[in-house]
Amino acid sequence: MSKKPVQQNKDPETTGHSWDGIEEFNNPLPKWWVWVFYATIVWGIGYTIAYPAWPLVNQATAGLLGYSTRGEVAEDIAEFEAQNAEINARLEGVELASIGDDPEIYSFAVSSGEAVFRTWCAQCHGSGAAGAVGYPNLLDDDWLWGGDMEAIHYTISHGIRNEEDFDAHYSEMPAFGELLEPEEIVQVVNYVQVLSGGQAADPSQVEAGEVVYLDQCSACHGEAGEGDIFQGAPNLSDAIWLYGGDYETLMETVTYSRFGVMPPWQTRLTEAQIRAVTAYVHQLGGGE
Amino acid sequence: MALLDKHKILETNATLLLVFSFLVVTIGGIVQITPLFYLENTIEEVDGMRPYSPLELTGRNIYIREGCYVCHSQMIRPMRDEVERYGHYSLAAESMYDHPFQWGSKRTGPDLARVGGRYSDDWHIVHLRDPQSVVPESIMPKYGFLERTMIEPDYIEDLLRANRFVGVPYTDEMIANAAADFRAQADADSDFDDLLERYPGAQVRNFDSQPGISEADALVAYLQMLGTLVDFSTFTPDASR
Repeated sequence: MSKKPVQQNKDPETTGHSWDGIEEFNNPLPKWWVWVFYATIVWGIGYTIAYPAWPLVNQATAGLLGYSTRGEVAEDIAEFEAQNAEINARLEGVELASIGDDPEIYSFAVSSGEAVFRTWCAQCHGSGAAGAVGYPNLLDDDWLWGGDMEAIHYTISHGIRNEEDFDAHYSEMPAFGELLEPEEIVQVVNYVQVLSGGQAADPSQVEAGEVVYLDQCSACHGEAGEGDIFQGAPNLSDAIWLYGGDYETLMETVTYSRFGVMPPWQTRLTEAQIRAVTAYVHQLGGGE
Repeated sequence: MALLDKHKILETNATLLLVFSFLVVTIGGIVQITPLFYLENTIEEVDGMRPYSPLELTGRNIYIREGCYVCHSQMIRPMRDEVERYGHYSLAAESMYDHPFQWGSKRTGPDLARVGGRYSDDWHIVHLRDPQSVVPESIMPKYGFLERTMIEPDYIEDLLRANRFVGVPYTDEMIANAAADFRAQADADSDFDDLLERYPGAQVRNFDSQPGISEADALVAYLQMLGTLVDFSTFTPDASR
């Protein structure tokens, strides 16, 4: 049984479509909706005139506003550089050692230095500057190449044992596996364990180890193991270890030596950025 | 609007509707995609780009195999924060020899488009072996097996040929010497002059400082060249693009 659709007085016209007896009213769209729709079309046309849009023969239209993403980022960077230009120039102008004397420059240097540190240094030295195995802790007062402003600035600028910068800090511990007898290495490792205030793995070797140490190691590490910042030779008389002070690690270090590197940052950072991060590192706790 | 009144024909004929829908989508695609292949301001010629060396290409395959792209993008967007952190924004031409490109869509780890030269080889090896030992807050998994997996350039010629098939300009000479170049790049004592002539700027050394060529050698060779081919001290991208 099929029902005929009942057309009531207020109903609009139907569209005239009939699908298996189903018809549809031809309701007009709400006026506000129609006008918003027209407005978006007008906006769209205006947008393609103002911004790069239509592909033509060789180039797309450039747009009346002259917008480009590359231009925008260049402007953005230039704007912030201009804002910091004055204080950066002052930072570059003062004596390194007296950066701390001007509170305005100093607070700028430390906070912008922290940003530089987190971007470029944290991956090796840790986001809190506590270092990692093979990457020095910058929070303590144990410095391989010196911890005053000048020394830190030099190390950051030129790096360590890299090939890019002729002025980089350079020193190389020999791989003693090729120079000493295996038993001599065992002896000296036991001696170094005692020298650093620890327990020797085999106390009977210590005495012979001292002879080997004075003969082979003391020229750089010092007779008392105090180290030498002019050669980046670590202090062996404390309990601070870059690679580890346990027997196995010391055996590895003495046998094969170590060759930690650091890039020269003057090729990537501006002088103001290097000075800023120098100030930041200096105030972390161990600055001299 | 006599034509518009005929829409009943389309609406009552499913196959015809499908054909015409396809036609409309095709027109949209042509208008949007085709100009990118000929417009001068979408094709930028850049100095310094070269195809990947055999070792780098192998490393790139390991990068893809291990799904590095799931967490790492290789696309520095033109925004101040990205440029300040990662370096110069990426240019389209810098992925011209990537099949497929590794732009990625999500950064769980940092962008790697210019990671080349930023860290030492030792750092990369230690970081692949145990990421948390150098970056304690990292959630990257360990890839220590890469340095224990030795590789031989058995299929390297096929790999170069496959890339040539999809448009990378590997010459016959490059393909013929692929295996030799592969070995030479991982050995600083090798005779690598020809390698450098074929692949200017290729970095030659034993990346994992262990004997033999491991997957870590190849991957680090790839990572250390990422983003280093274009010299931005001599090349200035057109700001209007």
